[in-house]
Amino acid sequence: MMKKSFMTGNEAIAEAAVQADCRHFFGYPITPQNEIPEYMSRRLPEVGGVYLQAESEIAAINMLFGAAGAGARVMTSSSSPGISLMQEGISYMVGAQLPCVIVNIMRGGPGLGGIQPSQSDYFQATKGGGHGDYHLLVLAPHTVQEAVTLTMEAFDLADKYRNPVMVLGDGYIGQMMEPVEFGRKTRQSTHPLKSWALTGAKGRPPNLVKSLYLNPKELEEHNLEINKKIQDMIKNEVRVETLLIDDAEIIIAAYGTVARIAKTAIKVLRERGLKIGMVRPITLFPFPYETFAKISKRAQKVLVVEMSLGQMVEDVMLGLSGQGCVRFYGRTGGMVPSYDEIINETEKFITEGKA
Amino acid sequence: MRMQGKFEKIFERPRTLRSTATHYCPGCGHGIVARLLAEVIDEFKIREKTVGVAPVGCSVLLYNYLDIDMYEAAHGRAPAVATGCKRVNPESIVFTYQGDGDFVSIGIAESIHAAARGEKITTIFINNAIYGMTGGQMAPTTLIGQKTTTSPRGRTSEEAGFPIRMSELLATIDGAAYIARVSVSNPKNVIQAKKAIKKAFETQINGLGYSMVEVLSHCPTDWHMTPLESTKWVEGHMMPYYPLNEFKAPKRRN
Repeated sequence: MMKKSFMTGNEAIAEAAVQADCRHFFGYPITPQNEIPEYMSRRLPEVGGVYLQAESEIAAINMLFGAAGAGARVMTSSSSPGISLMQEGISYMVGAQLPCVIVNIMRGGPGLGGIQPSQSDYFQATKGGGHGDYHLLVLAPHTVQEAVTLTMEAFDLADKYRNPVMVLGDGYIGQMMEPVEFGRKTRQSTHPLKSWALTGAKGRPPNLVKSLYLNPKELEEHNLEINKKIQDMIKNEVRVETLLIDDAEIIIAAYGTVARIAKTAIKVLRERGLKIGMVRPITLFPFPYETFAKISKRAQKVLVVEMSLGQMVEDVMLGLSGQGCVRFYGRTGGMVPSYDEIINETEKFITEGKA
Repeated sequence: MRMQGKFEKIFERPRTLRSTATHYCPGCGHGIVARLLAEVIDEFKIREKTVGVAPVGCSVLLYNYLDIDMYEAAHGRAPAVATGCKRVNPESIVFTYQGDGDFVSIGIAESIHAAARGEKITTIFINNAIYGMTGGQMAPTTLIGQKTTTSPRGRTSEEAGFPIRMSELLATIDGAAYIARVSVSNPKNVIQAKKAIKKAFETQINGLGYSMVEVLSHCPTDWHMTPLESTKWVEGHMMPYYPLNEFKAPKRRN
């Protein structure tokens, strides 16, 4: 038995990064993710790593650019407004094909918004975020243990695709404490040789890390190369959890913290004899469209619940491709739907269907 | 006495400078500084461990001219990129090559904080008082009265404030170990400029902190002058406001 630790999601994500051989962290304080940089500032020097507090999120993401370009496994973490500030740098990292892990512990927006949990950065995370033709690989944990596993895997995936990977949590995932296990059995770490890294042109022609292609034909070729990796992600990396979907007449679609709450609602509804199941996307990009395409043949109704005013619901509808009936329920601004609210919504959905 | 047909080679292209045409306009100061950089890198024999950062602006294509590992950085972010690189590989010699818009306007936070951290990197800052790459707009270092495409009646302090003296500003920061302003307006100044660049790299090699050389440079195209007029303009107009000086240098050991 692996030793269990009792930690907040933020601390667990930080330790997971260290155990995935991340030795460089650059960040800027913002609530509700401060435990990540605080943990890193203690922990990284113990393992010969570097923690550096940047002067801004803009500087932080560009320090990642420099560190990743030099060949390091590197991470930053922030929360919604800070992630907005990083978008330019993230776009540059995709353009320059640099791997890194970015943790977004979402809070309510727009603007300064609030500091309570939210899922309102779904569009930004999954549809590109910055300028240009690209996607990030986006992983959405719903428990602290899963946050650990996905953070470790995020580094391998970033290296594999030479693309930034985002771990998308919310204030609950970051702040709540749960028992977690660390250990190598939860990861298959791969450290590909980074022959492209900028370590000094010794015994080889110089390397160049860049995203500028003034000739449109060259830029198109470059973008197609990036898109090829995105197509490979779509083919190879979709992760999804399904729960009681075989006989389900209504499917609840939710990710992250909301999926936990939905699980409780489903338990209650099943006890009442209702055939309810759940689809929980774990990768938000690539999105499990196929899973929704399959369930649309059987379950006629999909209730999408989010801590936003409806973002993932658009991908669910794409997956269903006009089949079935979709209902959305969301809370915003840091308000969290209770399992009672989800039960009520599900029951209304059933009644309205009968009418 | 030399033998017939055999000549001693007394001048050649530095190893670090690639044999290629540059995109710089005729008479531009950038090419001179690129060569000085290449000479300094050769003289310290650090080509194989030097990593450069070229951000947006006329600076950006420097990687086509120097035969070393290089990053292209977002506008203003070169000191942050260089910081990331140096913190991963402290044995690398890392420099940024930035224009006035990049170093003093959009990236001034990164510039000041890299200096404040005493980041062991070197910045070569090309001050030509104008945005060259985008076609001659007002820079944070554009002089009062200077006409640009976005200050068509000449810069006024009422509308656009005052030009920033970056060397003087950075010299107040404890983490900055070497700060100098030089020019490439005539051969004597070019020789002085090379000495300053050499000292800046030496400061980094010795691990003494942040180093920066501000190079007053000429932009005949966007100043609408001949190359010769533009070098005279550097001396007659820029130098009175931006005096050449070694503002800060590490104390000589011995």
